[in-house]
Parts: sequence; C-alpha cells; structure tokens
Amino acid sequence: MPMAAEDIESAILAALPGARVEITDLAGDGDHYAAVVTAPQFAGLPRVKQHQLVYNALGGRMGGALHALKLTTKIA
Amino acid sequence: MTVHDRIATLVNSNDIVLFMKGTPFFPQCGFSSTAIAILERLNVPFESVDVLADPEIRQGIKEYSDWPTIPQLYVKGEFVGGSDIMMEMFQAGELEQMIAEAGIARSAA
Repeated sequence: MPMAAEDIESAILAALPGARVEITDLAGDGDHYAAVVTAPQFAGLPRVKQHQLVYNALGGRMGGALHALKLTTKIA
Repeated sequence: MTVHDRIATLVNSNDIVLFMKGTPFFPQCGFSSTAIAILERLNVPFESVDVLADPEIRQGIKEYSDWPTIPQLYVKGEFVGGSDIMMEMFQAGELEQMIAEAGIARSAA
C-alpha cells in the first residue's frame, strides 16, 4: 500500500513544525521516495537521532506502508 | 536466549556487523547493496546477518535499534545508522575515521 508524497510531507511537518520538506518520487510509483528535511529541531543531534525524529513522525509506516524513503537531514 | 540477547551477542562479539536483506554476494534490496558497496570500499572485515533468513531477528533488530528499516550498521556494539547515514558518513570521510578510531584493522589486500 503506497503512501502519497503529500501525506509524507504533512506527517513530517506535523511532528517538526517549521521544517522544510522536499520530496522526490524516485520511481514514479508512489512507493520509492527521496526526502530532504531541513529543520531547526535537528540542531545538536547526531544523524541517527535526526533520522529517528523523521521516522517517528511517520509513525510506524516507515518500513511498512512506505517501503523506500532515501532520507537526508539538514539543520535549518 | 531471547532475540534481544541474540542481537546483543552478535553486535558485541563482532567489530562490525551489518544487518541486511540477502548476503554480501547477493543483496536482495538496493539499500542493502549500497551498504555492502560502502563496506567493501572501506576494505574492512565485517559480519553480515541476513534478516530474510531469520524473521525473529528481522523484527527484533527494529526494536533493538529503534530503527524501522534494514540495513543497519553496528560498529563496536554501537548503532551507526542505515544506508543513507552510511553514505553521508562515507562521503564525508567520517565512517573511515570512526573505524580507525575504533582500532579496527583493514582487511589484507
């Protein structure tokens, strides 16, 4: 069950207010995405923690409904 | 032995462990393939665990690391990240540095 790009973006924005989210549908199949997330909340956190914030925002769908999300995080 | 104990034993008894889909010769997913390519470029010995062959580990590692996807890299018992983080760290030279600082020797050429 794929997940729409807008749903990914809104889930991330809900958990990380003020973030900037750029999503690319890599394969055009609504199932393989790349996301660049730029957020002030990442400041001072190691990369693992930054990615965990984004995965937690997706609330369990990562690895399930959302098969592939190539994630890049940047500090705003 | 619980799955938690099995994973703890794996990551603490090997300097570098990659939990992946498939094997280093036949990765079954592009992300696992990327992770293998990075480890091969670094030329370090590592242990790999095929989660497709072990459903208990496949589920258990997600909880152990609080990380939803495979592959997952461990160095000296510490969770480093998935393939995106491995690639960022590799390109920045940080992965090589981490391995050197951990005192892990390169594979013989």
